[in-house]
Amino acid sequence: MTAHDPSLARPNAPTTTYRYDEYDATFVRERVAEFREQVRRRLEGALTEDEFRPFRLMNGLYLQLHAYMLRVAIPYGTLTARQMRRLADIADKYDRGYGHFTTRQNLQYNWPKLVDTPDILESLAEVEMHAIQTSGNCIRNVTADHFSGVAPDEIEDPRATAEFLRQWSSAHPEFSFLPRKFKIAVTGAEHDRAAIMVHDVGLRIVKNDAGEIGYQVVVGGGLGRTPFVGKIIRDYVSRADLLAYLEAIMRVYNRFGRRDNKYKARIKILVHEKGIDEVRAAVEAEFAAMNRSVFSFDPDEFERIAAFFTPPPYESLPAESAKLRTQRVAHPAFGNFVDVNVSPHRVPGYAIVTVSLKPIGGIPGDATSQQMRVLADASERFGFGELRVSHEQNIILPHVKQEDLFDLWKLLDGAHLATANAGLVSDIISCPGLDYCSLATARSIPVAQAISKRFSDLSRQRRIGKLGIKISGCINACGHHHVGAIGILGLEKKGQESYQITLGGDPTFSASIGEILGPGVSAEQVPDVIEHIVDFYLAERLEGEAFIETWRRIGHARFKDVLRREGEDGADI
Amino acid sequence: MALISDGRFIEDDWRRLADEEALPKSGKVVVSLARLEHALAHLPEGVSLGVNIPNTTDPTSLTRALSRLELVEIAFPAFADGRGFSLARLIRRAGFTGELRASGRLLADQYAHALGCGFNTIEIPDELAERQGESQWQAARAAHARTYQRGYVAPGSILDARRKAAAQ
Repeated sequence: MTAHDPSLARPNAPTTTYRYDEYDATFVRERVAEFREQVRRRLEGALTEDEFRPFRLMNGLYLQLHAYMLRVAIPYGTLTARQMRRLADIADKYDRGYGHFTTRQNLQYNWPKLVDTPDILESLAEVEMHAIQTSGNCIRNVTADHFSGVAPDEIEDPRATAEFLRQWSSAHPEFSFLPRKFKIAVTGAEHDRAAIMVHDVGLRIVKNDAGEIGYQVVVGGGLGRTPFVGKIIRDYVSRADLLAYLEAIMRVYNRFGRRDNKYKARIKILVHEKGIDEVRAAVEAEFAAMNRSVFSFDPDEFERIAAFFTPPPYESLPAESAKLRTQRVAHPAFGNFVDVNVSPHRVPGYAIVTVSLKPIGGIPGDATSQQMRVLADASERFGFGELRVSHEQNIILPHVKQEDLFDLWKLLDGAHLATANAGLVSDIISCPGLDYCSLATARSIPVAQAISKRFSDLSRQRRIGKLGIKISGCINACGHHHVGAIGILGLEKKGQESYQITLGGDPTFSASIGEILGPGVSAEQVPDVIEHIVDFYLAERLEGEAFIETWRRIGHARFKDVLRREGEDGADI
Repeated sequence: MALISDGRFIEDDWRRLADEEALPKSGKVVVSLARLEHALAHLPEGVSLGVNIPNTTDPTSLTRALSRLELVEIAFPAFADGRGFSLARLIRRAGFTGELRASGRLLADQYAHALGCGFNTIEIPDELAERQGESQWQAARAAHARTYQRGYVAPGSILDARRKAAAQ
């Protein structure tokens, strides 16, 4: 295993995330041993490929276009420096020296060998990580706001809830063979950075009139080939009842979700076909019939878990660093980085840094093992050894002193990790597409790269402002194109790649599904069309107006005209 | 078919009665759900009754029958169809204390799940039993020694263990 430079590491850097106890460690080791045995039984013939498949998937292992792909869970997106280094070591030893961060706070290795996977899982288990339930028709890795614990607009850190649910959902006796996959996301803030409206279940931490913390529960959201914005099934579930209420939802879904057609098997279809009122009535009836005394231990267990997510030992600092103010002026490139990639922190004198994994012309979400190690070092030198993974496929350093930002920026810049484009037009979310994925109908990475290059001028990007472009290489929508302000969907028509463009998607509490702009365009035309849309937006926008606001104000039809005019210019659209 | 009970293949002393077959005077017979009402109404003393039900059965339709049944057998049309797990839970919740049997292509890897949801026995095709012998069923059960959930049947609950450790 490659050692990092110990001189860079702050000794005894505290981390503020969950640590396994002996039971968690035993549980994960048991899963590794179980999977090792399943691989052996598959090779021996005790399990057929069809029988092996769901167990392989429940351990994160997919059979892809060229090879196996292993999807590692990063629960609620939180990583320690030590864990990040282990991911780098695995990339070097078992893969081709890099990994791909996904839109659901997972990391994918694209080239592992089947026989190596038990060893990889064992190596992950040593640092309290796993690939359990990152795939398969079960409750998937629970995701959360990547600014958890540091966002100024937060009611409560959602990671305690997410960890509580990670444990409850792991190897569930009743809910491991569901009609289809089941994704849960949690947010504890006023702004939704976890896209909870487009999950099977979205949980929003709220306070009731008595000031007690509980959850608003949203059900039936999802993307894929039939996108839906989730609906509120209950405005308030107390913390003591959370697991019971979720169990009621899962039982109703397990019994009544469709199993005749895998494309109609998600809970969103049950909600759509039966209506939210009928689903709610069934869930409430089940909730009322349950023996809730078995959940009476939960509040204590929740408190035990929540105690891990305490703030690190921050220093008392002035709200604004004078040193930073000077450095921003003296070094314009650094100033731009601060303007774009640095977010306000709840503690005076600190900042949240988004490290973009979207270099101009690069592959969205990819990081080399060397970059992973630099990020681990950076987190120890400047951020209590903690990192986050965002669903935008970027890395977050959540606790950086403002006065350290310049040194951090220099370190990142040396590793090609200082692209100042967080949230801008080249911060593109993209699935792996036809270059890797067996489901894909079109390429997505090269399209992302072409758009990124078209807008390579960062000062132009800053003028355009925050604008989310999301690309999927097939209707399964792993690139979340439905909720991109600009969404791009790659399809195959008569043997040719064709890209359908949608506008007006929104993944936050004000969630909306994008509307189709017009007929599909070729891969080569995509950058032109995007550029025309962006230029039209710039011409039409009012002072301070975001793309989605302009689009909502002037209407979709005006944007459609842009594409129509484009067609009249002689382009074959 | 092969029957697994407590990690071992055992002889099945239940006989499946075809719908056109008359009720015997004694013994243990399993009838279809369609036959259940008739069988209960004409049940000779000394006959133990079981029923085979599809996994889509509404458990409330069985409530009155449960106290007179000694076996409820839930069909698993495919191993990946998990409806039977929830139905087993609901039948146990309704107070059924007899033998709960999963019948179909369940895999050894699902043994702990089935036991957790309240099943006692698993009935699988002979072809599957030949590939997945007793040791595989025992190993699969042992692989899930402790679970994170409470209220399911398991050798140990992690929550209970933590609580016990904290109290010491």
